Amino acid sequence: MFELIGVRYGSILDLPNLEIREKQVTSLTGPSGSGKTSVLRMLNKMISPTSGQILFRGVDLREVDSVAHRRKVVMLSQEPAVFGKTIRDNLHAGLLFQEKKPSPDSALKEMMKKVGLEKSLDDDAHRLSGGERQRLALARVILLDPDVYLLDEPSSALDEETGQLIFDMLTTHAKANGKTIIMVTHSRAAAQKYSNVIIEMNGGKCMKKDSVHE
Amino acid sequence: MNDIIDLSFLQVGLAYIFVLLVIAIVRIRGIRREREIVISSVRMTLQLVLVGYILVYVFDNPNPLATVAIVVVMVVFAIYTILNRFKGNMSSALGWVVVFSMSFGTLSCIAYFLVVVVRVSPWYEPQYVVPVAGMLIGNSMTGISLGVHSLLDGMTTRRHIVEEALLLGATPRAATREIINNTFDAAIMPTINSMIGMGIVFLPGMMTGQILSGTVPTTAIAYQIAIMLGILGAVALTIITMLQLGCRTFFNKEDQLR
Repeated sequence: MFELIGVRYGSILDLPNLEIREKQVTSLTGPSGSGKTSVLRMLNKMISPTSGQILFRGVDLREVDSVAHRRKVVMLSQEPAVFGKTIRDNLHAGLLFQEKKPSPDSALKEMMKKVGLEKSLDDDAHRLSGGERQRLALARVILLDPDVYLLDEPSSALDEETGQLIFDMLTTHAKANGKTIIMVTHSRAAAQKYSNVIIEMNGGKCMKKDSVHE
Repeated sequence: MNDIIDLSFLQVGLAYIFVLLVIAIVRIRGIRREREIVISSVRMTLQLVLVGYILVYVFDNPNPLATVAIVVVMVVFAIYTILNRFKGNMSSALGWVVVFSMSFGTLSCIAYFLVVVVRVSPWYEPQYVVPVAGMLIGNSMTGISLGVHSLLDGMTTRRHIVEEALLLGATPRAATREIINNTFDAAIMPTINSMIGMGIVFLPGMMTGQILSGTVPTTAIAYQIAIMLGILGAVALTIITMLQLGCRTFFNKEDQLR
């Protein structure tokens, strides 16, 4: 799905050759500052390589419209922003940005249940805890129904139990709907348990690529 | 109506007591602003004296070139003031946007105001063109200064929100929508407030001037209403042009934040 050929990003990344396959869960692990988030941002075209090329389904990303690409390849940041006021505003925000029709409340509530958030849609989103915000942002991303999910530490603000619930839900959802997940995680255990492929990074380089489950 | 009382040098000099008062206040409070107060008072005096002589000459010898030159000097000076104020904080692209929106916003409104509303004949009659241009340009300058300030502030403090919107597939325009709207609001607010207070809280400068020089208050008021609406239009047009074009300067052609 993604092919990185001779990709460099300043002195932050140096990836001579890396392939990420479709309909799989790929985890990027490694110490902080190893360039994991930069890889995600590159795949979402938030940044462009200083040299080399990235192919998405065989097409050079430079030839692809950035906004259209980001609508297929959506990224969840590590500390997601809160939009507007209520939880409903936040769930609708992504759909509005993508110029899609807002979902009915019933669909929003179901999505909230999926991510384990038991709140009213009218609750103030600014009052949510870090973990709740992260799940709200995840729900927002799933509502967009992209082909590829780029998740930056999706469980960083969650306790272990909630983290597992989220990973279970995500991987089940991806498998059932033929989605691709590329996630950055510091949790070696989560990477082992949920990924098809683990890419270990250090100092901007890919140190190891392991296939875990096929 | 009585003829206006001419002010002698001594009488004008007596008004400087207000400057001394302000200097005394900042001295006592330890606010280091004496230099600016003195410089601005001196500058204001010199500039107005100079302009007074120029206007006397221009009014006596109406000439389209001279009128156009005065308006151009006003616009250029206003642009220079804005660019100078944000030197170092503003990209050169945004600088060019300011140049364009100030010129376009003010000149188009001045032309409409003089040709369609007041119907000045000949069109370059300096007695009308100069004060109208001055008011529209001056107010637009204040508006765009507030606008640029609020835009730069918004794009800095709310950068992560813009970024998050882009991550979710927003166009740069959609991602900056809220910042743009807040900025427009902040920049147009002083004009709206002054319209609300007009005639009750304060009598505006132009109307006061006309009344002082012997114009019937109803005529002065008609002019004031028209000029206030002209100011509103010029400020709004200048700011919205600046924002529409300016928000784009924060992104590259790949729709990435610079």
